[in-house]
Parts: sequence; C-alpha cells; structure tokens
Amino acid sequence: MATAPVVETHPAPLAAAPAPHPKKGVLSHWRLYAAISPFYLLFLAFGLIPVGFSLYLSFHRWDGLGAMEYAGLSQYRYLLADGQFWSSIGNTVVIWALATFPMIFLAMVTAVMLNSAVRFKNVYRFAFFLPNVTSIVAVAIIFGSVFSTNFGLVNALLQAVGLDQVAWLNTPWGIKVAIATLMTWQWTGYNAIIFLAGLQTIPGELYEAARMDGAGPVQTFFRITLPLLRPVLLFVLVISTVTGLQSFSEPQVLLQTTDNNSSFAGGPGHAGQTMVLYFFQQTFDNNDFGYGAAVAWGIFLVVVLFSIVNWRLVQRRGED
Amino acid sequence: MASIKGSRKRGVALHLVLVVGLLISVFPFYWAVIMSTHASTEIFSYPPKLLPGSHFAENVRHLFDNVDFFGSMANSLLVAGTVTFLVLFFDSLAAFVFAKFRFPGRRFLFALMMAIFMVPAQLQAIPQFVIMAKLGWIGSMTALVVPAAANAFGIFWMRQYMRSAIHDELLDASKLDGAGFLRQYWHVALPVVRPGLAFLGIFTFMGQWNDYAWPLIALTDPHNVTLQVALSQLNGVHGTTDYGMVMTGALLALLPLLAVFAIGAKQIIGDLGKGAIR
Repeated sequence: MATAPVVETHPAPLAAAPAPHPKKGVLSHWRLYAAISPFYLLFLAFGLIPVGFSLYLSFHRWDGLGAMEYAGLSQYRYLLADGQFWSSIGNTVVIWALATFPMIFLAMVTAVMLNSAVRFKNVYRFAFFLPNVTSIVAVAIIFGSVFSTNFGLVNALLQAVGLDQVAWLNTPWGIKVAIATLMTWQWTGYNAIIFLAGLQTIPGELYEAARMDGAGPVQTFFRITLPLLRPVLLFVLVISTVTGLQSFSEPQVLLQTTDNNSSFAGGPGHAGQTMVLYFFQQTFDNNDFGYGAAVAWGIFLVVVLFSIVNWRLVQRRGED
Repeated sequence: MASIKGSRKRGVALHLVLVVGLLISVFPFYWAVIMSTHASTEIFSYPPKLLPGSHFAENVRHLFDNVDFFGSMANSLLVAGTVTFLVLFFDSLAAFVFAKFRFPGRRFLFALMMAIFMVPAQLQAIPQFVIMAKLGWIGSMTALVVPAAANAFGIFWMRQYMRSAIHDELLDASKLDGAGFLRQYWHVALPVVRPGLAFLGIFTFMGQWNDYAWPLIALTDPHNVTLQVALSQLNGVHGTTDYGMVMTGALLALLPLLAVFAIGAKQIIGDLGKGAIR
C-alpha cells in the first residue's frame, strides 16, 4: 500500500501539492514526508522497536545487567501458573467494575440533568470537570486521608451515626472500595461532559414528538435518549475499560507505604495490586525484565479481550 | 426530559441534586485546605476539624525543609513546557500534511499512526528504559521530554480540526502568490487553527504536569525529580506522621494546574465534548 502511486482515484484540486509528473513520484513530496517524520522517528525508536524488543525479551531471562539467557516459553508457562498474577487480574477487574458502572450511571444522570437545567450550566460543568484535571498523586494523598482508619473523614462519619469503624486501607474490600471511589470521583464529571455533548446532538423535535404522543420522562429516556446515545456510550465504555484496566497511580500512591520491600505491592495481602502494579513490581523491583515483559503481554491480552467483549455487548444491544 | 417550562418545583429539585454533585466534586479540595492549615497533632484528634486552622505557614515551612519543592516544580515546568511546545509544533505540522495534502502512502501512514495509539505503555516501558539507559538519559528530564515530543492523539485531533477549518481556496491562493510549504503552514494554516492549538496545548501541559508512572521509573536520582514524584516521595516517607505537611504539598502542587484550567476551562470542556461525538 505504501508504494501505491496515487491514493485518491479522482484528481480533486490538490491544495498545494507541486503537481508532479507521475514519474517523479515519491521524491517530489519530500517536504511532506519530512513534516510528518518526527512522529514516525520517535515511534520507531520508542514504540515499534520497544514492542518488538519486549516480545523478544519475554522469551529470555534477563536482570538488565548480565547476559541474556534464552528461556523459550518458560516465562509464559510460569505466568499461567502464577497465582499472584491471576489475583492481580481479579483485583483489577473488581476495582474497574466497582468504579466504572457507578461512574457511567452517575455521569449519564448528571448529563441528562445538565441538559435540561439551563441556568448555571457552565458553573456546574466547570465544577464537575475539576476532579479530572487534578493530579492523581495529589488526589490519592487526599483520599488516603479521607479513608484513613484513625482520623479519616469516612470513619468519623460512621462513628457519628453509631457504626463501627472500617479499616479501609487494611482490608481486601476496603482497599478496593477506596480506590474505586477515587476513580469514580475523578472520572464521573469527565464522562458527564462527553454524554452531555452527545445529548446536545439529539434534535429537540424528537422529544417534542414523544411528548405529544404522551410519553413520560422514563419512557422518553429509554426509547429516545439511550438508543441515540449508544455510540457515545460505546466510546465512554471503551475508554474506561482501556484506562481502568491499566490503573497504576491510584493504588500505587494510596498503598505505597504498606509494604517495606516494594512500593508496588498494593497493600496488605496485595489486595490492591493491579496488573500494572504487578508488572512494575516484577520488572523494576525484582529486576526480572524477561518475566516483566511476559507479564506486559499478559496485560495486553486481558485489555484486548475486555475491549472486544465490551464492544460486542454494546453493539448487540443496538441490534435489538 | 423536563422541558424548559417544567414546573418550578422540579427545577428546584434538579438544582438541589446538581448542587450535591457539585459539593462532592469540590469537597476533597476543601478537605485538603483544612488538613494543610492544621498541625498534624490536631488532625489525629476526634471529632475531625471541618474549618480551616492556623498552621498553614508552619506546614509550608516543614514542606520546604523536607523537599526541594521549587526545584521539582521547576523540573515539572521545564518538562511540561518543552513537551507542550514540541507537541504543538510537530503535531500541527504533521496534521497539516495529513489534512490538506495527498501523497503516496498517506492512508497507510495514517492507519499505522492510529494503530500505535492502541499499544499499551507497559509493552514499551522496559525497552524504553533499557534504550534510555544506553543513551545516558535515565535520571534526566530528557528521558521524559523526547518520547513525548509528538503523539498520535494530537496529530489526529489537529487533523480533524484542520480539515474543516482551513479552506482549500486559501491554500490555492497562497500558492499562486508563490508561498512554499512552510510558509503555507506558518502564515495560512496556523493563524486559522489557533483555538485548536489552545486546546491541544492546555491538554498536553496538564497531562505532562500530572504524569507520574514513567517519571517515577525514569528519574532515578531522588534529588532531581518532577513535582508529582517529589510529592509521592514525601507521602511515602512522612505520609503516616506529618499529614499536615504532606497535604500542604499536595495542595500547593495543585495550584498551578488549577490556574491553567481556570484560564482554559471553556476551551477544554467544549472541545472535549466535540471530539467525542465527532
């Protein structure tokens, strides 16, 4: 395809191409190639070669310093039997689900409300978007104090209404709920803005017609809003899946002090260790570059599988 | 949904719910202010403090004693500023080419770029680290700037923008006047797409300012790091003892970003939505 002389079939007015003779071909466009080359050069050096190298690495044993040793499929065999890797997948998926479904629900409700409330819309949009622009490190530090066992705000509230305190950052479910809460807080407004943009493309006449036919707000939502919002929903779901399954900074900052040997351990019992945290632990704490590469490919596979499942789910519902 | 002429009661209820959401969005910032204005001994007491205290200056002094706050902030500014400048230049230049010119391999190269978009960072992390160690970049800001200098998202975004914003007649006219490729880019394309550049610039700057995972690995000298890494170190060492100080650090690190967001909010929020439904 790269050698095809002319891509377009009809000679539309070429804005500024120097109208070459067909034979001069590729060379006459050298300025254009030069203009796009920085991205491709960077991609070659820090994208394509690394990806190829990480595939090569995953068939080797290497500590980053000594000689590389061919290991065949043994890294992958070890990966399949590695309980900690599997439980990191479990942790990641649980945290992702705890964060994503409430987030999408809340974002959609917020968007629908913003779409109807005309006054102060910009104030709300600004405030709801604010959590998303703040750094995860700062936010994780703040949430660490909100969920702290001894002086955290959540436990103070529980105590105030006569309930027992929860050791949020010390129990398997507490850890996951705390991380998911942080993510939901940070991403709900962002997704609400995206849903809102989608809502604004739905013509007002459709709602008018539905109202004339006597449809209530709930019926209108499920018959008009949701079907027309499906492409946007798909976009949000795919982005949330790809980023959510690769979560790293939230659990890392929140739980970094809980283990003396590794800041990537993910809290007591590794209950908050996501796939990417496990990758960092194996690679940069244990200096096991070969196994780290195998873990990275494992993560890639999980993310791709989830994306395909998401895609299918949303698409199929569209056909009903 | 509730039409504009919906009952007054309903409007009030709506705003009530929205205000609750607004308070939840803003509360953690308020909480950070409270924590950073109290001494750590006060923080550990019950009931929790809900109003700002008077120890802010003391916390700030502790902070500056324990971490090179302005040094790491300068590093963050240097990295985010340089990357933003490079991304704006390289991405808009490439986007201009993809949006307005036809040349052999155009579709293939564009598809390749979008495929790269999907490759997860972990697959690149180890080899990147090894390559940069060989180049001697590990531990310096170069390791952060160079790989981020151009990206698929920005090229894609600017291309979409330029396709409709720059009219072919303008380019044809400038060509008749004898303008070459670079002059067309500089004098015809760039002035028209300034709003698009503003979005990409703010977006890039905030992303770089907040970047954490790669700097954590690549900046191996604990005394020469970006603000996010410094903050994380501070939390790791003092997070269980001097909470007031750590919170002060978190709060101060947020301020420059909030300023940038306040300036560019309209652009960011508006364009983000447009990008998603395009």
